[in-house]
Amino acid sequence: MNASAILAAIGTVAALAAVLGGILGWVATRLRSDPDALVERIDALLPQTQCAQCRYPGCRPYAEAIARGEADIDRCPPGGEATVRALAALLDREPRPVDPHYGTTRAPRVALIDEDRCIGCALCLPACPVDAIVGAPRLMHTVIAAQCTGCELCLAPCPVDCIAMVEPAATSPGRAVA
Amino acid sequence: MKLRGLTLDGHKSRPLKGLIRPVPPPAMLVLALDQGAGEAAAPVVRPGDAVRVGSPIAAGAGAATALHSPVSGIVREIAEHPAPRGAGRCIVIDNDGRDEPAVPAAPVDWRAMDGKALLGLVAEAGIAGLGGAAFPTATKLALARAAGVDLLLLNGAECEPWICCDDALMRERAPDIVLGAQVMLAATGAQRCVIAIEDDKPEAIAAVESAVRATDDARFEVRVLPALFPLGAEAPLVAAVTGREVPHDGWPPQVGAVCQNVATAATVARLVRDGRPAMSRIVTVTGSGVNEPANVEARIGTPVAALVDACGGYAATNVRHIAGGSLTGRMLVGDEVPVTKGLNCVLLATAADLPLRAPEVPCIRCGDCADVCPAGLLPQQLHVAARAGDSAGLARFGLDACIECGCCDYVCPSSIPLTARFRAARAREHLAEVERHRALEAKARYERHQRRLAEQAEAERQAFDAARRRAGGADPGGG
Amino acid sequence: MTAPIPQPPHVVAGFTVPRVMFQVLAALLPVLAVQVYLFGPRPLLLVAVAAVAALACEALALRLRRRSMQPFLRDGSVLVTAALLALAVPPTLPPGHLVLGVACAVLLAKHAYGGLGQNPFNPAMVGYAVLLVSFPLEMTRWPAPGDGWDAMTGATALDALRTGLRQSYTMQEIMAGPAFGRVGAAGGEWINLAALAGGLYLLARGLVRWHIPVAVLAGIAGPAALFHTFDPGAHASASFHLASGATMLGAFFIATDPVSAATSDRGRLVYGAGIGLLTWVIRSWGGYPDGVAFAVLIMNLAVPLIDRCTVPRIHGHVR
Repeated sequence: MNASAILAAIGTVAALAAVLGGILGWVATRLRSDPDALVERIDALLPQTQCAQCRYPGCRPYAEAIARGEADIDRCPPGGEATVRALAALLDREPRPVDPHYGTTRAPRVALIDEDRCIGCALCLPACPVDAIVGAPRLMHTVIAAQCTGCELCLAPCPVDCIAMVEPAATSPGRAVA
Repeated sequence: MKLRGLTLDGHKSRPLKGLIRPVPPPAMLVLALDQGAGEAAAPVVRPGDAVRVGSPIAAGAGAATALHSPVSGIVREIAEHPAPRGAGRCIVIDNDGRDEPAVPAAPVDWRAMDGKALLGLVAEAGIAGLGGAAFPTATKLALARAAGVDLLLLNGAECEPWICCDDALMRERAPDIVLGAQVMLAATGAQRCVIAIEDDKPEAIAAVESAVRATDDARFEVRVLPALFPLGAEAPLVAAVTGREVPHDGWPPQVGAVCQNVATAATVARLVRDGRPAMSRIVTVTGSGVNEPANVEARIGTPVAALVDACGGYAATNVRHIAGGSLTGRMLVGDEVPVTKGLNCVLLATAADLPLRAPEVPCIRCGDCADVCPAGLLPQQLHVAARAGDSAGLARFGLDACIECGCCDYVCPSSIPLTARFRAARAREHLAEVERHRALEAKARYERHQRRLAEQAEAERQAFDAARRRAGGADPGGG
Repeated sequence: MTAPIPQPPHVVAGFTVPRVMFQVLAALLPVLAVQVYLFGPRPLLLVAVAAVAALACEALALRLRRRSMQPFLRDGSVLVTAALLALAVPPTLPPGHLVLGVACAVLLAKHAYGGLGQNPFNPAMVGYAVLLVSFPLEMTRWPAPGDGWDAMTGATALDALRTGLRQSYTMQEIMAGPAFGRVGAAGGEWINLAALAGGLYLLARGLVRWHIPVAVLAGIAGPAALFHTFDPGAHASASFHLASGATMLGAFFIATDPVSAATSDRGRLVYGAGIGLLTWVIRSWGGYPDGVAFAVLIMNLAVPLIDRCTVPRIHGHVR
């Protein structure tokens, strides 16, 4: 076999690889995607429950953590499998089940204040991340069911434990029941 | 524009051999509060009230039309009862057999009324679209008037196999249709009227043409269309008659036309002739499961069993009851279901009428479905997207433009239940869309909540600084 | 209620996959008849061997994939693959080689991708391509027509065309050679005519729509006519191309395989034209005498892109 021919072939392919690889690398640095846009796209896939089960104080901080590479995509129980798959498709990763360490996926529920037991302490009002509880100190509190995301953050502050999580009523507009 | 669809065997000849038969009102009538449009009317009577022919028993709102009692008698109860679109609340009336009218029959001087007054008259009479959708006619005409339509398109196509009630109506009561159309023209302000009839109905065409000639009204035209299923659906019909396409997320008034079924026009005619509200309709009773297939005129609320009795009774056991035709009809649970404004045909089918389909095998991408789809879709691609739950794919291939006519199912060599899959996919997509909307709202409220807290914190900090300045003088470091 | 309520539509036309497949087989009978007339009983043997091998491979694959044998074994799709392959290869091919080709077609091209309706490549052409590159000599030697079983095999017309042009003979000189008939290849003309007859039958029965065959034939005939007009000595005429090789078989039976073809009518025109054009290019300048197999496989690669670009406008949508 002709040694110089072999060397020529190897050299050509190596040179091609170097040139093409260099071009690809340069293009990757020049066309880097806008990180803010990525956070927006991740946030758009999350269910906006603002429940903090992922250990971040809201969906937007979790989206930012995913974009930074800090958090994995399997931390959202309210989003369930559908959200994990959508995030996996967006970020080109492997989908996997929701990590049970962060909670289990359940049918959507809304908070209901038992008005007989409510003492009007107003401690649950600031706890709601979407301001779905109306009321004032020493006046009756109530949850606006259509705006409740089921995050359960109001349960802990209540001193008389008068808030329960119930299935959304059939008259609640368009809620997918289970 | 290419008209796509199927040329099907009509099975319409047997019921049309005789004239329209009247069905004597039964001892008990069941009037569904939801007459087919999806919303229920609100009852204005209570159990024990006496009613007469034509007295109002329910008030219309939204998609529900007003209901009037078709007989005189006593209201027995308001309870759940099977109905063509599923069980619902119904007003049950015991017929006393005397047929006493609430007000005597009297013609209405409709030519002296303006458009708005005519619309009010039609609304009070509870007239609904009799082509199957049962949408309130007055609402549809009012919206058409507001949109400034110039064409009233009367739908006499009746393209689906087995159904022939409109054919019988056109043969026997063509003058009513023309009179009703004239009233609708006055109500909407439209300039002309086209009555579209398929070419497999030569007697009907002749009857309607002679009625049009008799009125000597230059605004009318009879258009003959090829007998193609589903040319009777609104969007293909408007496209065939006017050449304009209705936008997929819009409706015919956007291209200057409003569609009405010929039976609806005939009901309007009866309203202005006798002052009678909508209380009866013509129903085709057909299929191998009934002895004498016929078109019958029955009062709203008559159970299907009474219709079958008027047609010689059942011819076989093990009969399926289908409301509508063989392509888009829905199966009924039994013959206690009552006639509603939206029920145009009861098909009593034996196994010979509707042979079973073969078991499903994978799609071989033959493209026969795309060939016959009247909406120009690619059902094979929609099927792939529907199975994968691919929302983007379903939107791209136009799931929202599917009219669920069943043509693709009909021709599929792999026996795939495409229509059922698309209907299920539509429901899932609708729920997903609602959830997306909720999530967006929650996100907006969350962001408002965060802003509110930030503003509060800022206001507190400023108040604290101002108080400290007032208290401590110029030294910010304290002391 | 034990059974679910049936959903509309309540009637169907009654078309089934086996009916489609067996009508295609019927349309192939003229081609088989002509081959038997020209070459003796050997094509019958090959078709029989291919059919048995195909059914055996299908059964094996269904067993390995743990699917039920019914209704797939009876739907006739694998028989169409076998028949096309058996009719496309020379009758002198040893049956053992043909079995290898059928096995590749059924096991690799069809079942490895998911079975009926899932193959991205035309299975018969995959089998043909495997045979062509594995046994180039046996696959390009066709017997002279009329000599029967023990015919001495020689070059086909397309083969003679290619070598003749390389050696700078003109078209007139080449076409005077023994492998040529009046218009095209000596026996090939009749085979193409039989395939055309079968194809017209399929068109008349509505089993095949006109877009792919017309586009394939136009894709071959168009450039051929153009180049033949400008340089008759160096390029064969359109009628030669249409009457030689697997042109008609390819246009009506091979390219029209619905699973691996494009989806919409516009897409099918593009797909067919691409096959025709590539066939002509490979025949004129490529390394193989007949280009249909590779043209089809290359266009199969392009189908997803074609589908993306040719979605038809939906009624009521503006685009």
